[in-house]
Amino acid sequence: MDSHATAIEPADVHESHEHPAYLRHHFETPEQQKEASAFGMWLFLLTEIMFFGGLFAAYLIYRNWYYPAFVAGSNTLKISLGTVNTGVLIGSSFTMAMGVWCAEMRKKSGLVLCLLLTMALGLVFLGVKYFEYKEKFELHHVPGADFSIEKFIHPDDPAKNPPLGPDMAAKTQVYFSLYFAMTGMHALHMIIGISILVFLVVRARQGAYINGYVQPIEYFGLYWHFVDIVWIFLFPLLYLINRHPGR
Amino acid sequence: MHIISPVLWEFLIRWLTNFALFPPEASTVAPQTDALYLFLVFISVIGCGIVTLLVVGFSIMFRHDRNPEATQIEGSTLLEATWTLIPLVLFMVVFVWGAVLYFRIYNPPKNAMNIYVVGKQWMWKAEHPGGQHEINGLHIPTGRPIQLTMISQDVFHSFSIPAFRVKREVIPGRYTTVWFEATQPGTYHLFCTQYCGTKHSAMIGDIVVLKPEAYEAWIESSTSGTSLAQNGERIFAALGCNACHNGNPDSRGPSLANVYGSKLQLTNGSLITADDAFLRDTILNPSMHVTQGFAPIMPTYQGQVSEEGLIDLVEYIKGLHSNDRIQQTLNTTQVSPAQSGTTASKVPGTVNQ
Amino acid sequence: MSTIVRLPDQKVATLPKRTFLNSEYGLKSWLLTGDHKRIAILYLISITFFFFIGGAFAALIRLELLTPQPDLMASDTYNKMFTMHGIIMVFLFLVPSVPATIGNFVIPIMVGARDLAFPKINLLSWYLYIFAGCFTLSALVLGGVDSGWTFTTPLSTHYLNTHVVTAGLGVFIAGFSSIFTGLNFIVTIHRMRAPGMTWFRLPLFCWSHYAASILMVLGTPVLAISLVLVILERTIGIGVFDPAKGGDPILFQHLFWFYSHPAVYIMILPGMGVISEVISTFSRKRVFGYTAVAFSSVAIALFGFFVWAHHMLIMGISNYSALVFSLLTMLVAVPSAIKIFNWAATLYKGSITFETPMLYAFGFMGLFTIGGMTGVFLGSLGMDIQLTETYFIVAHFHFVMVGGMLMAFLAGVHFWWPKMTGRMYPEGLSKLAALVTFIGFILTFFPQFIVGYLGMPRRYHAYPPEFQVLNVLSTAGATVLGIGYLLPMLYLTWSLKYGAIAGENPWQATGLEWQIQSPPLTENFTVTPIVDYEAYDYEWLANKTKHEVTTVG
Repeated sequence: MDSHATAIEPADVHESHEHPAYLRHHFETPEQQKEASAFGMWLFLLTEIMFFGGLFAAYLIYRNWYYPAFVAGSNTLKISLGTVNTGVLIGSSFTMAMGVWCAEMRKKSGLVLCLLLTMALGLVFLGVKYFEYKEKFELHHVPGADFSIEKFIHPDDPAKNPPLGPDMAAKTQVYFSLYFAMTGMHALHMIIGISILVFLVVRARQGAYINGYVQPIEYFGLYWHFVDIVWIFLFPLLYLINRHPGR
Repeated sequence: MHIISPVLWEFLIRWLTNFALFPPEASTVAPQTDALYLFLVFISVIGCGIVTLLVVGFSIMFRHDRNPEATQIEGSTLLEATWTLIPLVLFMVVFVWGAVLYFRIYNPPKNAMNIYVVGKQWMWKAEHPGGQHEINGLHIPTGRPIQLTMISQDVFHSFSIPAFRVKREVIPGRYTTVWFEATQPGTYHLFCTQYCGTKHSAMIGDIVVLKPEAYEAWIESSTSGTSLAQNGERIFAALGCNACHNGNPDSRGPSLANVYGSKLQLTNGSLITADDAFLRDTILNPSMHVTQGFAPIMPTYQGQVSEEGLIDLVEYIKGLHSNDRIQQTLNTTQVSPAQSGTTASKVPGTVNQ
Repeated sequence: MSTIVRLPDQKVATLPKRTFLNSEYGLKSWLLTGDHKRIAILYLISITFFFFIGGAFAALIRLELLTPQPDLMASDTYNKMFTMHGIIMVFLFLVPSVPATIGNFVIPIMVGARDLAFPKINLLSWYLYIFAGCFTLSALVLGGVDSGWTFTTPLSTHYLNTHVVTAGLGVFIAGFSSIFTGLNFIVTIHRMRAPGMTWFRLPLFCWSHYAASILMVLGTPVLAISLVLVILERTIGIGVFDPAKGGDPILFQHLFWFYSHPAVYIMILPGMGVISEVISTFSRKRVFGYTAVAFSSVAIALFGFFVWAHHMLIMGISNYSALVFSLLTMLVAVPSAIKIFNWAATLYKGSITFETPMLYAFGFMGLFTIGGMTGVFLGSLGMDIQLTETYFIVAHFHFVMVGGMLMAFLAGVHFWWPKMTGRMYPEGLSKLAALVTFIGFILTFFPQFIVGYLGMPRRYHAYPPEFQVLNVLSTAGATVLGIGYLLPMLYLTWSLKYGAIAGENPWQATGLEWQIQSPPLTENFTVTPIVDYEAYDYEWLANKTKHEVTTVG
């Protein structure tokens, strides 16, 4: 794991050895810089896993304790919207990966297009989420003073959604709390990602990432894929609880 | 305590309590805690003593004036093993000893007299089974194991009696228990030891330990009229529990006679013991604790009964051995669950909706 | 008393012409710097500022506790005092103290690099710290927060109307500062070691910081999510900790302590790294059992993740959980014991001098041993029942944090002061300060063990009169301790202008940082070092100095 650097002479060093313009001078070689940056990004993603981990731990415990409430809560979410969002995110990961390829192939217009597509798909995801949240508000599924357990005690469709006792129905608040906390945190990470994408698009248009320095695109790609993977976990855990009872 | 002579031990404890270095030993478990404490102090003194001796000794022996040239020593696996294993062994001894003591303090004997404690910001409410209510204190007899079943009405508190060497967190939402047997009459401190807001340090009181005769006298003089179980019976009828839990063959709910302490098969497949926590939980969250063979139709009483009311109900069910009186109340009250709201609000322990 | 200090001839010595301090001038060059050394200085100034604020709260607490009655301030105010004292001291002082000041300064040089892996993230880390400090100060100015530094639910979520959210946000941001520092250290130590600098040639200071960084990176995010959930519950009513909504407040305890226990190892491990360096230098000897000490650091980090519920032993966790956590707590105590014995063994056949850093190191060894042993008291289940939530706990953690960590921090500041500033501090005054601190500390905190066993609960505004004598002793000690902390502030500042010129290696220590000028150049090294000797190689050093000509200016 040691770096194989040679000793450099002091003073008028800059002109004498060639190195890419993007080499930061505290690194000996571009390879060292690349390895360090990759390591740093993976480590950061590890911290994000620990961050979401707390929420997943809470979910694990409460689903175990209040399974019927979780089933009822999950059944109020629209699978169609969730599936669309899942597809949108997977698509955006694809466009992101294509962006990395374009950068490596030094195709500036391709890179810009892919980044813009990724951004657009991300915004579509957030748009769908906005509608889902709006619906939750209207149905009084947001925990707080306005929360209503009526539809869980007396559901419209008892064959598909068995009625809950009032005590178990009260526990649906925990489900929705976790729903909002988890998807909210996820959406926040998407918003941060999209903001960084804006910056990357601007820089890409200036020709920043097509001269061999693909690291920012690559490592942002890692972050974006991570956010996608979190959703891949959230989707079945939140949307798909016991959708086919008895099967 | 067979390691040092009982006389020496007694002398040590007296010296420590007289100089206010130890709280008085007023319970059966206190000497056991003190023994562990003194052992820990002993090994700490030895440990710190060794470290101090080494540091001071080596500093003097190998000071620069005396030893201008240091001898480079890489290490010694033997020494590493020694000072890894010896502390490990000592810590394991401490672990086992402490674990045994912990299990003793938190596993009450079967014949313990139960007192309920409700903690709230910023006072303690104790309820004896005979109905005596106390604020910020307890009167208890010597020589009888006493179990405290505790719950908080709001935030975390912690019930601590240093003289008995017991302490237990008091949390909202579920019962916690601790037990002790007092040995010496006297008055001892009661503290709340979990920070609970503004008047945390005012949530203190006195534990009054009385000789058995004095305790009986106190019981006589402070009876408030109804015992917890009697009040529980009243709530049981007022809330309409008797409509379903009446022991009739066609009743909608299981009979509660002798249910306390029995093993129940629930509809979710689990086999549980019906203890205080189970009873309280079922009243508040019935659909999660449906007995096998019954439909999940019991309504929840969350918000309709206070913690004290729940304690009364639990105490009542604990002592329920037959359904005769319930059958009688069925005939006299003729209350259906739908009407229970109106009469319930006048009974202490229920909550106005 | 002889000394190992060797300074250049003061009649002709000057500071080096070009250093990281004078390479650029102006506020912008400091506030937008990427130089790890400048960032370390920025941190040093900021954490000292917060230390004295936290210390002021401590003074007010001890003043109130002189009398059994709650007579100096209202109960709510007192509750805010100990809350703010805890938050500031834990999150704004202890966690960043050694890593962000000394670690930032010294680790790149120790591994032979020109800077940390991510200088911009390092600067960001400092700005996050400042934001966190601003949030905390604004919580203070707006009226304070009284949840305790532990933010226990449901008290913090539903029963307080103070600035819990502001303070929580402050801690949340401080957490990210910590994560980025740890991330930087891990990548630097992995990827930027100079040729020949293998893992086992690294100074033990680097091993300690590596272990602490793992804890920072893996543990802090869990604190972040706990605080986010508390803030959400307070603001928009999302309640996973609310029993009325089916939540469980014990879940908060698990999430909070899952970080906050490793946090104490985050706080102590860097200090232990300092002690390794100091003991080695002032005994002129390689640390005894280098490998054992290195692996002990990693073992503490690893085991530290598995003991969190020993903060919850009486809260109603199952008896069997309690058993597991108590057992693991006993195991985590062992590596610390190993280190203490290894340090003591380093003294054997050494050549020992008693400069100020060494005095602080001795203080550390004694006080940390007591603090650590009392940790074993608390890990023992039945014992914990009597001792938990009393002043015994307060005494325990002050012994390890203040008697341990703060002493190590002062040892480190004094040890690397000549490297950072190019100047020596006045030795006589510093020895006095060390002695005063040691005596003041024991007087302040030892009586608290006793009053704790007697049953005096912690966070109490008023107490039964029979505890007064011990409390008065404690307050008297706090006064002495305060003087002990004030003195270094004064003479270290004095030394910046009037201290003796230190030269490259006043302690004649090994380690790459002592082979370069004091203060160092911005780029640390003019030539990338090639390392072909072990850590703490005093024979190599003796050989080198024999053939060396001392240059000045």
